[in-house]
Amino acid sequence: MDTFVQQVVNGLQIGFVYALIALGYTMVYGIVRLINFAHGDVFMVGAFIGLYAIERCRLPLFAVFLLAVAGAALLAIVIEKIAYRPLRDSPRIASLITAIGVSLFLEYFTALRQVFGPNYYSFPRPFAVSSREVCGVELTNLQTIIFLTTLGCLALLYYVVHRTRMGRAMRAVSHDHVTAGLMGVNVNLVISFTFGLGAALAGVGGVLYGIAYPQVNTFMGVMPGLKAFTAAVLGGIGSIPGAVLGALIMGQSETLTAAYLSSTYRDGIAFVILIAVLLLRPTGILGVPRTEKV
Amino acid sequence: MKRISALARIAAPFAAAAAAGYLLEATDVVNPYWVQIFQLACITSVSALGLNIIYGFTGLFSLGHAAFYGIGAYAAACLMKIGGGESHLFFLAALAAGSACAALVALLVGLPVLRLTSDYLGIATLGFGIIMKVLFDNADSFIPLLGGARGMTGIARMTTVPWTVVILGIVLVSARNLVRSGYGRALVSIREDEIAAGTAGIDTFRYKLAGFVAGCGLAGLAGGMYAHLYSFLHPSNFDFFKSVDVLVIVVLGGLGNISGTLVASFGWIFLLEGLRVLLPPEYIEFRWVLIPVLLIVTMLLRPQGLFGFREFRFFREEAEP
Repeated sequence: MDTFVQQVVNGLQIGFVYALIALGYTMVYGIVRLINFAHGDVFMVGAFIGLYAIERCRLPLFAVFLLAVAGAALLAIVIEKIAYRPLRDSPRIASLITAIGVSLFLEYFTALRQVFGPNYYSFPRPFAVSSREVCGVELTNLQTIIFLTTLGCLALLYYVVHRTRMGRAMRAVSHDHVTAGLMGVNVNLVISFTFGLGAALAGVGGVLYGIAYPQVNTFMGVMPGLKAFTAAVLGGIGSIPGAVLGALIMGQSETLTAAYLSSTYRDGIAFVILIAVLLLRPTGILGVPRTEKV
Repeated sequence: MKRISALARIAAPFAAAAAAGYLLEATDVVNPYWVQIFQLACITSVSALGLNIIYGFTGLFSLGHAAFYGIGAYAAACLMKIGGGESHLFFLAALAAGSACAALVALLVGLPVLRLTSDYLGIATLGFGIIMKVLFDNADSFIPLLGGARGMTGIARMTTVPWTVVILGIVLVSARNLVRSGYGRALVSIREDEIAAGTAGIDTFRYKLAGFVAGCGLAGLAGGMYAHLYSFLHPSNFDFFKSVDVLVIVVLGGLGNISGTLVASFGWIFLLEGLRVLLPPEYIEFRWVLIPVLLIVTMLLRPQGLFGFREFRFFREEAEP
C-alpha cells in the first residue's frame, strides 16, 4: 500500500509537468483548431534556456524561470506569425503540415553543433535534492517545487483567463472568432497572446522537467509533446481543467504501468486508455459534444 | 478488341519501365544504390496511395498509417521466413497475406474507431500507431522470430525492380478505377459532406470502413515489399514519424490526387536521398534543417498541394460523350 501511494506521488510529478505542456495544446487548439506539433519543441527550447541560464550565467532559480518563460513565449509568437498566420484561411491540413515542418526544423536546427548540439547534456541541479517523510510518503523538495510551481501557474492561468479583459477576449475568440472580431476584439493579438501564454507554461515545464529528469537533448520534446497532446484530448480538447485532468491520468497510468507491469509497455498504456475513453466519450472526459448543424 | 487495345495502352508503359528497370538492375549501368532508392520510391507510392484513399478521397484523418505498413512488413517477412525460401510464387503469396493481415487489423480497429470524426480520429489512430510500435518493440517476448527491439534480420531479398514497378502499376490502375466507380464516388461524397451522403442513401459507416480497410491493405502490401527490399526490419521504421512522412507526401501531392501522390512520393524519397549526395559531408546534418524549411515554404506558397486538382491525362476524368 505504501509503495502504491509512493508511486502515485511520483506519477503526480510527471503528471504536473505534462499538465503544463498540455495547457498550451488545449488553448491553441481551442482558439485556432490547430494541433500545434511544434509545442513539444518549444518545451525543449525552454529546457535548454534553463540549462544555459543555470550553467553559464548561474542565475537564481526565479530568474531562470523568467528567462525560460520569456524565451519560449517569444519563440511561439514568432512561429505563429511566420508559419501559421498566413495559412489561417487555408485548409486546416496545410497548417498541420506546416506545424510538423516547424517541429522538425526546431529539432534538427537546434541539434546542429553551432546551436545546442546533437548530444545528451546533463542538466545542472540548482539545489541539492533531499527528501522528507510526510504522512508516510517520501516527498522530495524537488517534487514540492514542481507541485507548488504548477499549482501557482494554474492559479495564474485561471486568473488571466477568467478575470482579465484579455482572458475574456480569448474565450470570445475561441467561441467564435469571426463574431469576436466584429465585436472589436483584436483577433490577431489574442491569438498571439494565446500562443505566448501556452509557450510560457511549456517553458516552465521545460525547466522543471530538466531539473527532475536531468538529461536533455533536442528531441526530448517529442514524446512528452505527444503525450501532453493526448492528455489534452483525453480531458476534452479546448477545456483547461480537462487538460490538467488528462495530464494527471496520463502521469498515473504511466508510473503505475512502469511500477506494476513492465516499463517497456509504459508508452503504450496511456494510448490504450485514450482510445477507450474516446470510444465512450468521443470528445474527451470534460469536452462538450458539438452537434453538427445541417 | 477495343478493350484489349485499351489494356495494352495502359500496360505498355509499365511493361517498358519494368523491362528497363530489369536491364538496369542486371547490367550495373546505374549505381545499385539508386536502383534501391527507386524501388523504395515505388513502395512508398503504394503506401501513400493507400493513405490517399483513406484521407484524400474518404476524408478520414489517419495518423497511424505506418502501423499498418509495419503489420504488413512483419507478417509477410514472418511467412516468407517460415515457408518460402526463395520462391517468387511464395513471395507473392506472402505479400498478399501481409496485405490481408493489415486489412484485417484495420477492420478490427476501424469498427470501433471510425465512429470518431476529424481530429479525434487522427489522435485515436496516432494512439494505435504508438501502441503497435510498443508491441513491435516487445514482439520477441511472444514470437521470438520477430526480433523485437533488436530488429528482425535475414529476410530474403525478393523485391526486384520488375515486381515493384508491376505492383505499383496494378495499384495505380486499380486506384484510378476505384475512384471512377460508384464506390469511389460514394467515398468522395462522404468526404465532401457526410450527412448529405447519408441522406442520399449511402451507408456512410460501411463505406468509410471499406475505404479505411482498402487503404490499410495497400499499406500492408507496401510493407511486405519493403521488408524484402532491405531484408531487415526494426520497430523504429514504423513509428510516428513514418506515418507523418506518408501524410506529408499525400498533402504535398494534393488531397485526392493520384498523380500528385505519385510525383510527391518520388520527389520526397529522392529529395531525402539526393540531399545526402548534394550536401558536402561536413554539412550533412543540414539535410533535416533544409527539408522542413522546404516543406514550410511549399505549404505557405501552395496550401492546396503541389498539384491541387490537376491530374495527369491517364488519371483524369474523361468527359462523358
